Amino acid sequence: MIKLNVNGQSREVDVDPATPILWVVRENLEMPGTKFGCGIAQCGACTVHLDGKPIRSCSTPVSAAEGKSITTIEGIASEDGTLHKVQQAWIEAQVPQCGYCQSGQIMSATALLLKNPQPTDAQIDAAMAGNVCRCGMYNRIRTAIKAAAGIELTTVQETVA
Amino acid sequence: MSKNNTATDKPGKTGKWTRRAFIGAGVVAGSALVVGVAVRQGNPIDRLSPLLAKGENERLLNAWVKVDADNIVTAVIPHVEMGQGVYTALAQMLADEMDADWNKVRILEAPADMQYVSDSIARDFLAPDLDVPAIFEPTVTGGILELAQAMGLQFTGGSYSVRATGQRAMRTAGAAAREMLVAAAASEWQVPAGEITTANSMILHAGSGKSEPFSKFALAAAEQSLPAKPTLKSPENYTIMGQPKARHDIPAKVDGSAVFGIDAQVPGMKYAAVRAAPVVGATIESMDASAAKTMPGVLQILNMGDFVAVVADGYWQAQQALNSIDAKYSKSEGDSLDQDALFARYATHLDEAGDDGGDMETETGDVAKGFASAAIKVEAEYKVPFLAHATMEPMNCTAWVRDGKCDVWSGHQAPVNARQAAADAAGLPFEDVTYHNAYLGGGFGRRSESDNITMATRIAKATGYPVKMIWSREEDTAQDHYRPSATSRFRGGLDKDGKAVSWDNIHTHLFDPKDAPTVPYYNIASHKIRKVDVPTQLRFGPWRSVDHSQHGFFIESFVDEMADAAGKDGYTFRRELLAGSPRHLKVLDTAAKMSGWGSALPEKHGRGIAFVPSFGSIVAQVAEVDMSGAKPKVKKVYVAADPGFVINPDGFTAQMESAIAYGLTAALYGEITLKDGKVQQSNFHDYPMLRINEMPEVEVALINGDHKHLGGGGEPGLPPIAPAVTNAIFAATGKRIRELPLSKHSFA
Repeated sequence: MIKLNVNGQSREVDVDPATPILWVVRENLEMPGTKFGCGIAQCGACTVHLDGKPIRSCSTPVSAAEGKSITTIEGIASEDGTLHKVQQAWIEAQVPQCGYCQSGQIMSATALLLKNPQPTDAQIDAAMAGNVCRCGMYNRIRTAIKAAAGIELTTVQETVA
Repeated sequence: MSKNNTATDKPGKTGKWTRRAFIGAGVVAGSALVVGVAVRQGNPIDRLSPLLAKGENERLLNAWVKVDADNIVTAVIPHVEMGQGVYTALAQMLADEMDADWNKVRILEAPADMQYVSDSIARDFLAPDLDVPAIFEPTVTGGILELAQAMGLQFTGGSYSVRATGQRAMRTAGAAAREMLVAAAASEWQVPAGEITTANSMILHAGSGKSEPFSKFALAAAEQSLPAKPTLKSPENYTIMGQPKARHDIPAKVDGSAVFGIDAQVPGMKYAAVRAAPVVGATIESMDASAAKTMPGVLQILNMGDFVAVVADGYWQAQQALNSIDAKYSKSEGDSLDQDALFARYATHLDEAGDDGGDMETETGDVAKGFASAAIKVEAEYKVPFLAHATMEPMNCTAWVRDGKCDVWSGHQAPVNARQAAADAAGLPFEDVTYHNAYLGGGFGRRSESDNITMATRIAKATGYPVKMIWSREEDTAQDHYRPSATSRFRGGLDKDGKAVSWDNIHTHLFDPKDAPTVPYYNIASHKIRKVDVPTQLRFGPWRSVDHSQHGFFIESFVDEMADAAGKDGYTFRRELLAGSPRHLKVLDTAAKMSGWGSALPEKHGRGIAFVPSFGSIVAQVAEVDMSGAKPKVKKVYVAADPGFVINPDGFTAQMESAIAYGLTAALYGEITLKDGKVQQSNFHDYPMLRINEMPEVEVALINGDHKHLGGGGEPGLPPIAPAVTNAIFAATGKRIRELPLSKHSFA
């Protein structure tokens, strides 16, 4: 049995300690919000927090999480259901298209703002470059991160002739 | 594009259409009164009602809308959501015509049911009393044909949803529902229908001061006959169409609750990892699974002939065990093929076709004469590679075959095809298969294929218990249905004033859309476009914008080469070619103006322009590229787009951004290569994706050029981006790019 703390709750799972956190969360704990994308830490779809830091759960064995706190996309809203400011900004900027990568994007963004509440564009690039979005919503991701950080935006005008 | 058309009552393409459908009937199903439009004998409403109207007192007004007791209007959307915003855009079209309260509109994806593959629904709404010859009148012909293509397969792709289903069906359904509600109120209130107005899901009569919600008359509305041609709104009366409404599917996509195909949960479910023979057409001759058998959690190891499957308690266990299996494969025709050999094969076929061979696609004027007498002659050859789709959600499917029934869960662009594929694989009739569609973690054409459905159903049939099959990223990359590699050759002639007078093109392959290689919008006196069919070894599949993805690059690169030969800049040259087409010119001019075309740029920066009408929409893009580094840096893309009328401006803009990212990824990096018949790429480290630090700024201008003829949104933003970028590289460096991707070229 491996003892875990997931989204503030104590959980025990009976799995091979080498099993990646991704599959433990998805299959054993039945929290499918964290996604499988590549299996080799190249796309970021599986990003969760381990003690507040973003990790690629597809390539991190569950043994590495013993005695530490895992936070998944299911665990970042308040207990009363109020969405995290990053989630709210994501809706406001209409970020997701297919949505599959967005759990990972949001987990990377929340970790960034936890560490650096006022990131520059270069810092956003550095923190988010590990997360692939095939729908290419990168500009909206940047907009949403800045909005969540309270950074003044220069919006791109949209015109209808 | 899709193969299995399973509609059973399709009228023939010619001849008299025997109407088997009838319209308008209310039926009581269980305790809930469900009313709708019956379109076939054997009224399907009682069969559909449990699928669509599960609650008490829900009233299905017609096949695309229901109204419940709380006055909630539910739009039934016969298309799948893969991020393109179709749920919201189509609901906007229905709700606007119905005068529904947008805040009380809900969305339901139509079940994978024959009801929604029937183009007779469309015929009934559009022209119920006409048989086929009369239907083919100019006002409705195009619409019905479009709708038949999209609805006939319940297919989501080809940028069809808004321009066909939305324009022809959702709006009509909304307007019809509204007229039926008004007629019911008029009858009850004993006032002329013309005095009744509707707004925000309310029915109002100013003279008597009466007002009631839609729900009050939903039942009585069902007794009204369906209007044959309900009156549609003019754009000045739109209140919901044309508005940037927030997408309905987004909230579930920020908290992890959105259910994708890969998230299917079935009690007792096991997991399968699979590996197909690496060369198309090969089979497994033998395999050594001795290590896999002893690995924890492994339940079954299956040699399925064309692939190996390991079934285990968990996916990771299954994949680990699969990785330990050594398989030997049969010899196949493609075993010796590599990428260079394939391009050599294309060249041989093109050489053989010469100046006059191949299959003629279009021919106007005398190209030979035009070219012979041209003052300036331009010739060029372009190449593009195979491309994988690389949807973020790897291919997967969950299936359960037992007791003569089959249930299948996945995310598919053509749910009815998926259901049919499962039926075929399970050896069961279509009626005994239930297909459960989920959100698609990216489609881009990949999820119009059913190979994953077939494989999972075969595994489930072999095991007897529910199995979730997940492809590794490596499998997803190596077993795709690819955008084909292709070669295209051009010869163009210019007169002494630098005006284009002849256009001669021959290219490999032609799939879809058939107009992709053609340039009817460019005013060139003579043109001739031909193709040669060459075996491509790998499986073809539609890839976002399909043939336009390569022909956009071919055509717009060559136009730029002609412009350069004429001593003109790309914008001016295209303006001349578009003279006489004001709608096209406006799009081109808008993009150029936005970009500050002609103004000074920093050193080693360049602007490139490209113009591609596709899927009914006209798009021009100007890319600004910085060539001061070791590789091109696309800084900004200016987009002007005219899809006729933009239903959801924010959603359409998002599609332009998305198409640019998808097309730019391919232009910069996208390349699937073959060696010994096998795909060499496996994952994102060797099939790289555009990332946030490489994403250009995107500025979009939308133009409503013709509200009666809508164009698509998902694909038209893609074809111009590659040539806009390569034309910008030429402007900055003088280096002409004739082969993609850009990562093949050195810019140091």
